[in-house]
Amino acid sequence: MLEIRNLHANVQGKEILKGLSLTIGSGEVHAIMGPNGSGKSTLAAVLSGRDGYEVTAGEILFNGEDITGLAPEERARKGMFLAFQYPVEIPGVSNLEFLKASLEQVRKAQGKDVWDAVTFMKKAREACTKVNLDQAFLKRGVNEGFSGGEKKRNEIMQMLLLEPALGILDETDSGLDIDALQVVAQGVNSLRDAGRSFVLVTHYQRLLDHIVPDHVHVLAGGRIVKSGGKELALELEEKGYGWLKDAAAAG
Amino acid sequence: MSEPSSHQAPRPADPAGTEEASHLDKVIASSYEAGFVTAIESETLPPGLSEDVIRHISAKKNEPAWLLDWRLAAFRRWQGMTEPTWAHVHYPAVDFNAVSYYSAPKSMKDHPKSLDEVDPELLRTYEKLGIPLAEQAALAGVAVDAVFDSVSVATTFRGKLAEAGVIFCPISEAVREYPELVQKYLGSVVPQGDNFYAALNSAVFSDGSFVYIPKNTRCPMELSTYFRINEAKTGQFERTLIIADEGSYVSYLEGCTAPMRDENQLHAAVVELVALPGAQIKYSTVQNWYPGDEHGRGGIYNFVTKRGVCHDNARISWTQVETGSAITWKYPSVVLKGDNSVGEFYSVALTRNLQQADTGTKMIHLGRNTRSTIVSKGISVGRSSNAYRGLVRISPRAENARNHTQCDSLLIGDACGAHTFPYIESRNPTATVEHEATTSRVSEDQLFLCRARGIDAEKAVSMIVNGFCKEVFKELPMEFAVEAGKLLEVSLEGSVG
Ligand SMILES: Nc1ncnc2c1ncn2[C@@H]1O[C@H](COP(=O)(O)OP(=O)(O)O)[C@@H](O)[C@H]1O
Ligand SMILES: [Mg+2]
Repeated sequence: MLEIRNLHANVQGKEILKGLSLTIGSGEVHAIMGPNGSGKSTLAAVLSGRDGYEVTAGEILFNGEDITGLAPEERARKGMFLAFQYPVEIPGVSNLEFLKASLEQVRKAQGKDVWDAVTFMKKAREACTKVNLDQAFLKRGVNEGFSGGEKKRNEIMQMLLLEPALGILDETDSGLDIDALQVVAQGVNSLRDAGRSFVLVTHYQRLLDHIVPDHVHVLAGGRIVKSGGKELALELEEKGYGWLKDAAAAG
Repeated sequence: MSEPSSHQAPRPADPAGTEEASHLDKVIASSYEAGFVTAIESETLPPGLSEDVIRHISAKKNEPAWLLDWRLAAFRRWQGMTEPTWAHVHYPAVDFNAVSYYSAPKSMKDHPKSLDEVDPELLRTYEKLGIPLAEQAALAGVAVDAVFDSVSVATTFRGKLAEAGVIFCPISEAVREYPELVQKYLGSVVPQGDNFYAALNSAVFSDGSFVYIPKNTRCPMELSTYFRINEAKTGQFERTLIIADEGSYVSYLEGCTAPMRDENQLHAAVVELVALPGAQIKYSTVQNWYPGDEHGRGGIYNFVTKRGVCHDNARISWTQVETGSAITWKYPSVVLKGDNSVGEFYSVALTRNLQQADTGTKMIHLGRNTRSTIVSKGISVGRSSNAYRGLVRISPRAENARNHTQCDSLLIGDACGAHTFPYIESRNPTATVEHEATTSRVSEDQLFLCRARGIDAEKAVSMIVNGFCKEVFKELPMEFAVEAGKLLEVSLEGSVG
């Protein structure tokens, strides 16, 4: 599904990712953990093609295709989805309008039929229910005046509708209460299948209690410094990252 | 609360954003679809302004002596006036002797009686602009007066309107056919000496529309005038007068376009609205004069005086979508003379490249229980400058007058400017005047969210801008709201890199 080879990326001329490699197979869930500032959000941004993040070496293959030079919208249309750590507000543009434009572009590009207004409304309402958001949120401006938790649930709602092949969740669990966390977990789990993969960026084991990952990686200093199974997350919870930083420095 | 404020677009805090902002700045020449020239033989006065020129215009239009005298009086006043410089716009001084004050297609000389007699090239021009003049092809429910340079070439559905007693014709014709109405109201709302451009217009005005709605009549169609400047080096000086008699209602729309040319062209219009007791006038504008190119070359100088007077229980609403012109200087205003009268101003002004707009309104509350609402949305792109200037004046007699002003600015890119100049003069303690202002910018984060959901940057900007303008668009008649949305989309083309 996704293959990252020796990825180096700069932000503002400063190298943040320093030779990161990672392979994610179809149907797999990978958790990426690591200290603050280690480059997790940078990785998410680079994977989504954000402007200002310059790939200086390495490549990103998505379903075998090198997507390193593609625009964010092109990646989205190929089935990549980024749930933002800090979803931004777009006042005046209703959630519905936004979803409609997004779904039209993505579904058209994927050769799926574009939903008519009735189907679209039905699906949108269902998605709201799944993430426990009142339907009134559909009419409100995108994230406009939403609480932190509502913004995150709104991201998951979009993901449910877009049904991406690869979902990248950047600290979607941060700042959520236990109910909201469950909503997020259920959202991901309901989409899990053999053809769909997830990258979960998180600091906390508690999300991984609900979404059990196949692999756990530790990102430090712009590289993956340790990989393991789901037990690694527990170990990190216990010992922190300190013991790995030395490994990173050494490597 | 009513402090003038100015915003140069703030630099984004996020350093990655700067990169995108420079993309946003790359405003490439976006398509101006109305920029073609009609190849037609015109009779154009040589450039220059003098009493002789005014006499010539008046003679061309077979005007009565009183109107010639009126024009000449205006000209004398104008000669003693100086161009205003208080607006937040910069341009080299206009050489008023380099402008031609009258140009008409030669074919209009024989005063065609019907569309069949109108030069097909003229009809094609309007067709190309999406305004078919043949009634069977026209937009249902909209009557059109088509003004080409200094003359009206056709006015549609006059028969149907006449059945309702509605008069809709070129003002030059109204001068001859309905002299008592014209004489009574011309200059009654915007006096000759009101300002520099109004004086100039009063001296040289060429064509525009005249509307009279009889008592207690609801005008059965939307009325609209489409202004087209075609001839080079020619100014257009339209004059429009709308009289809504007691208890009547009319919705009027105007549209305007001009060819792309490297030199600036002058458009100095005067529009006067008279809403007699209980009448209601809804006046909508979609202004798309040629805005100049990405280097600020060419474009229309749009210096316009629009004002309406409301008698008791009357209502005037101005709705404007301003996307064109190199310079816009325009303040559609309402004099709330009668008790319980209502004035409204809804505006979207978009500037890009090097366009400059200084626009807003004046709400003059004279009567008791008068109400006014102002909603202004300014969008600045590229290196443009967009200013809102609004006056709310409450006279001592205006018991319980109320005003609410909402003034929002949206910045796209980091080299544009948005400015607000609200003036509030309240001389009655029972009045309520509220002013709210916001400035926001289309951020790189917003664009990235849209793009990460598969929506390309151009569509994203247009969606964000449309969302920003929603409150104003909903005031436009439906077909025109759609048009306005499309126009914004075209105007924003290339506003992101
Ligand atoms: N837009 C940016 N401009 C400059 N530096 C940035 C930017 N984004 C991230 N960085 C820097 O990159 C490093 C990694 O940040 P980030 O990817 O946000 O870490 P994480 O998500 O793991 O906490 C930090 O040192 C941060 O300061
Ligand atoms: Mg982060």
